[in-house]
Amino acid sequence: MSETILKIEDLQVHYGGIEAVKGISFDVQEGQIVTLIGSNGAGKSSTLRTISGLVKPSGGKITFHGEDITGKDPTQIVTQGVTLVPEGRRIFPDMTVLENLKIGAYLRKDDLSEDLEWVYSLFPRLKERSWQAGGTLSGGEQQMLAVGRALMSRPKLLMMDEPSLGLAPLVVRDIFSIIQEINKQGVTILLIEQNANMALKIADVGYVLETGRITLTGSGEELLTNDAVRAAYLGA
Amino acid sequence: MLKAKDKEARRGNLITFAIVLVLTLVTMVLENVMSPGSLLFTVIKKGAVYSLVAVSMNLLNGFTGLFSLGQAGFMLLGAYAYAIFMIPDAARDSVYYLFEGSSIHFSFQEMFQHLFGATGFGGGVSLVLGVLVAIIFAGLIAAFFAYLIGLPVLRLKSDYLAIATLGFAEILRAIFQWQTLGKVTNGANILKGYPTFADFNITNASGKVLFRLSAVVPILLAGICIFLIVLLINSSYGRAFKAIRDDEIAAEAMGVNLAKHKSLSFVISSFFAGVSGALFAMFATTVQAKVFTSAMTYEILLIVVIGGIGSVSGSCIASFLYIACSEWWLRFLDNEAYIGAFKVPLLRNGFRMVVFSIIIMIVVLFFRKGIMGERELPDLFRKRPKKAKKNVVEEGKADE
Repeated sequence: MSETILKIEDLQVHYGGIEAVKGISFDVQEGQIVTLIGSNGAGKSSTLRTISGLVKPSGGKITFHGEDITGKDPTQIVTQGVTLVPEGRRIFPDMTVLENLKIGAYLRKDDLSEDLEWVYSLFPRLKERSWQAGGTLSGGEQQMLAVGRALMSRPKLLMMDEPSLGLAPLVVRDIFSIIQEINKQGVTILLIEQNANMALKIADVGYVLETGRITLTGSGEELLTNDAVRAAYLGA
Repeated sequence: MLKAKDKEARRGNLITFAIVLVLTLVTMVLENVMSPGSLLFTVIKKGAVYSLVAVSMNLLNGFTGLFSLGQAGFMLLGAYAYAIFMIPDAARDSVYYLFEGSSIHFSFQEMFQHLFGATGFGGGVSLVLGVLVAIIFAGLIAAFFAYLIGLPVLRLKSDYLAIATLGFAEILRAIFQWQTLGKVTNGANILKGYPTFADFNITNASGKVLFRLSAVVPILLAGICIFLIVLLINSSYGRAFKAIRDDEIAAEAMGVNLAKHKSLSFVISSFFAGVSGALFAMFATTVQAKVFTSAMTYEILLIVVIGGIGSVSGSCIASFLYIACSEWWLRFLDNEAYIGAFKVPLLRNGFRMVVFSIIIMIVVLFFRKGIMGERELPDLFRKRPKKAKKNVVEEGKADE
């Protein structure tokens, strides 16, 4: 039915002498929401940062749409259609909302108006605030801006690093419903979360990472009901 | 809503442009009416030159977030490049007398004089073309060195970058004073005899000045360069620079190539620092390496901070104010003065700098973001519905 969009084989990441990711392999199918869950230091962020090119892997292979993108620059990887929404939102505080969105489309030379309309229709709040400095937005709005900014690059695969970090439960629910909406419109999503409950509810496939290795795989529902997962991440 | 904003922005830009134009014309008229020796014109000329170098520093420090202190070094490169390639061949032997002449026998002005003639209208054309080409050449020399030094240095961040660029500028100053290079740089001695701003005054055959342009020329040259920098800042490159300043990691994640853009900003900033070095040479009428000390860079940094880091118009306003204070308004503090028989206390040579330091401390303490903050002059002329804006802000807070 669907084809493999992203294939990770035996990925290893080192920071100096510390091995953060110890040879993990997983696939992402086109059109799915895939989530990696795990506790702090499990290697989730390192995995995403390596796929996006911010960190160079020390071993393994990353294939996107059949093309090897291991160790390429972020510029090339974004051009290919893989965009990261970094942890902690990291919007540009002294630039306006509109400028923030335009930076998302920095590598594109074509007309942006259609994509701006799309992002504004997903996040009407951003349209109201388009001339405000990014730093004056509330936490939830900043997260929306970070997602909108990444969407401006017209990604095929959107990677999100802890989108619920530091947000109120109601806002988190909004963000997750928007993630599903974006997914329905054809963007494949790779999500990492500490909020395992929320993430697994919307995920098609989930992977559990522990100290740099994948220990469990299954559909979102399977993992939600798995006793080990419930004990470790859902507090049940 | 977007269109209304654009309209307002255009209105602000027009008003700003009109103000600059009027001030330029007023300068032109005043220069021909008032005594040309007035300190006002010194301030205008030096202020224009410093505006450009301050804006070029702001491009790097305020818009790209690279804290570089190499400005004086790049000005030095520009000033020497301009002077060395503008001294007429006939004057070289007297300028380089300690080294028995110069090893370079070429000047841009003379190159054009061969084409257009050396006197009358042709002489004017050769002067303008020669100066323009030499200024651009000066910028290119500075930009070339910036590119080379940028390769290793731009990997550094904040304080480390500042120290490295400061060191680079000091090394350059030492090299240019090196006697072995005397045939080219004239060692530690002055270079002079090249065209200055005063050469732009229109004179008749016997040398009598008919119409003075010496204060307008620096305004025009610096104005064009600053306008180009503003265009750059408002382009998509400028947005990428600001993104790097705000958050390097996020900018990289969005696909902005950090190394390339940092290098670009550094090279462009240095290009304009080189141009302003050439203008400074024209202003000062002589070039000597010992002028381009780190103190000069601090002066420029001070102007940028006072004007507002991240504001082009702030840098321009601050440089005119700063130069006016240091060269003109506070001069009286250096001279002993008597009111009747009463000798005013404290006034003596050097007191000016004390007062100046105090003013700067006050500015830094009470106007942390400088005169303009991050705003630009056109922003001040926008009609803003104040109440509506306040409501939006409150609404935003309620959401938190």
